[in-house]
Amino acid sequence: MIVFKEVSKVYHIGGEEVRALDRASMHIRKGEFVSIVGPSGSGKSTLMNIMGCLDVADSGEYRLDGQPVDRYREWELTAVRNRKIGFIFQNFNLIPKLTAWENVELPLIYQKISREERQRRTAEALERVELLNRARHRPAQLSGGQQQRVAIARALVTKPSLFLADEPTGNLDSRTGEEIMRIFHELHGQGNTIVLITHDRDIAVQAARQIGIHDGKVKEVG
Amino acid sequence: MVGQSVKMALKSVLSNKMRSFLTMLGIIIGVVALVVLVSLVSGATTSVTDEINNLGSNLLTVSVSDNKGKPMKLEDLRVWMEEDPIALTAPLSQLEATGKYGTESDSVQVHGTTAPYAQIQKLEVSRGRWLKTTDVDQVNYVAVVNTALAEELVGYKDCVGESISLNGMRFTIVGVLEEEDSAMAAMMGEQMTAYIPYTAALRVSDQISSEVTTFYIASEDEKSMDRAEARVKALLMERFDEDEDAFTVINQSEIMDALGSVTATLSLLLGGIAAISLLVGGIGIMNIMLVSVTERTREIGIRKAIGAGRGVIMLQFLIEALTISLIGCLIGILLSWGILAVISAVGGMAFGVNGTVALAAIAFSLGIGVLFGLYPANKAAKKAPIEALRYDG
Repeated sequence: MIVFKEVSKVYHIGGEEVRALDRASMHIRKGEFVSIVGPSGSGKSTLMNIMGCLDVADSGEYRLDGQPVDRYREWELTAVRNRKIGFIFQNFNLIPKLTAWENVELPLIYQKISREERQRRTAEALERVELLNRARHRPAQLSGGQQQRVAIARALVTKPSLFLADEPTGNLDSRTGEEIMRIFHELHGQGNTIVLITHDRDIAVQAARQIGIHDGKVKEVG
Repeated sequence: MVGQSVKMALKSVLSNKMRSFLTMLGIIIGVVALVVLVSLVSGATTSVTDEINNLGSNLLTVSVSDNKGKPMKLEDLRVWMEEDPIALTAPLSQLEATGKYGTESDSVQVHGTTAPYAQIQKLEVSRGRWLKTTDVDQVNYVAVVNTALAEELVGYKDCVGESISLNGMRFTIVGVLEEEDSAMAAMMGEQMTAYIPYTAALRVSDQISSEVTTFYIASEDEKSMDRAEARVKALLMERFDEDEDAFTVINQSEIMDALGSVTATLSLLLGGIAAISLLVGGIGIMNIMLVSVTERTREIGIRKAIGAGRGVIMLQFLIEALTISLIGCLIGILLSWGILAVISAVGGMAFGVNGTVALAAIAFSLGIGVLFGLYPANKAAKKAPIEALRYDG
């Protein structure tokens, strides 16, 4: 379902060439729970940005659900992000002015889904992360774990093909982190594809399959 | 999508009340300046125009300044009218006299004229009658007075049959004019005026000779007016040795035209100045929108990450700019309405918000919202999602 073939990305920082991704190739099947592990500066974020269609590779091939997204233009990538990818970030990235409900509803608004269905699906998603009773709260009124659960609800409300989580437990204490990981296991159990990016080995080993990344090079671990 | 954007825009405007208000202030001041100034000019114009129209729009005022030894007499006017009865003519001599009723005494404007004058000047008699041609011929000591004189000198409105004295001569009041309801009269107060036969006026004061120096000509429509004007000019030229400078003929519609163009220019000038302040308000909006775009870089990144396209982001910020300018505009119009109401109450003249200028203000504010919102909105829309997400604000 995710096919990377010789994907490279080079950044130029202050005249110096940084090879963030160096001919990375991998294959992730539908329904897999994969963790991508590597120290900071290893190219994890670049990999995640390209996988999440937030950025485009300099060279190589990237297919998502069989679609050649490496050849897509900006508006097409936007649509792919909206429909196929559910992001979960380390710092939650909720919009502070909006309530939990509005944050979760937002991707559906961009999909131009009818009001009734939006309401049904938003309620469903919040129920799924056990936060329906906090729907009218703003992010600032929620704990870190609750905010991350709202972010997960926002990701799953569109029924994406791929959940892309970037250090989802990085800003949480270990107990709340476990809670979040439990949700990921549940989502995996329901047949969802999950890619989890982390530098934390304890988190990484919870995934069925681990891919290591080091200096922009990708290799299968264990 | 637009509905959602409007909701978001309102939310964002309300979440920064002080900032939004200060930004709106520029637009509010601009709109108030525009609406109040233009409404005042157009209100004053309307009331002056009404005043002139009341005098009769088809009116010629003829003044003779140099009679070349051939003074015009009342008889001459009558002969002209009989020769070609297309128009009404009436002479006018004005003087100030001391009016007395019982022990009351006051200064009174006396107008000596003839029967057609009422029709020419559109004077309406509410009680009694107007001057008749026989009054002029027989030099009757009768007077038609206005309401101000009736109420202030005689003491009551229905004073037909009472006698007043003007410079010591007794006149019987035969008619009372209808009350004037023009804005000008309301503002300045009506002067006490008595209309008496032209021939009688000659005897009230020595200053008035039997020579007619001022007279009015009126006709039913503009077409016959032009004919009358041409005719009276020809007659006067013939009488005063083809000397154009011996007399002047003032056409009321020419005055109206001149007045119209003056006030139109004035409106345009004031409106232009006010529009500049609106423009400055627009720059304020652009400024604050740019700040807002920078502050919300991260929000823009999040929205883009979860699927908002350029158009959606652009629309959101554009609608926000429009919301600020439109709310400012509406507050400005309401405020103008209040200010004009106060001016009307204090000044005694009725000023309302001019509908055209209110619409123009709305259109202008919309234009400014779009014009000055476009650049910040485009800046927001163009942000790359990864950089925007990385932004720490």
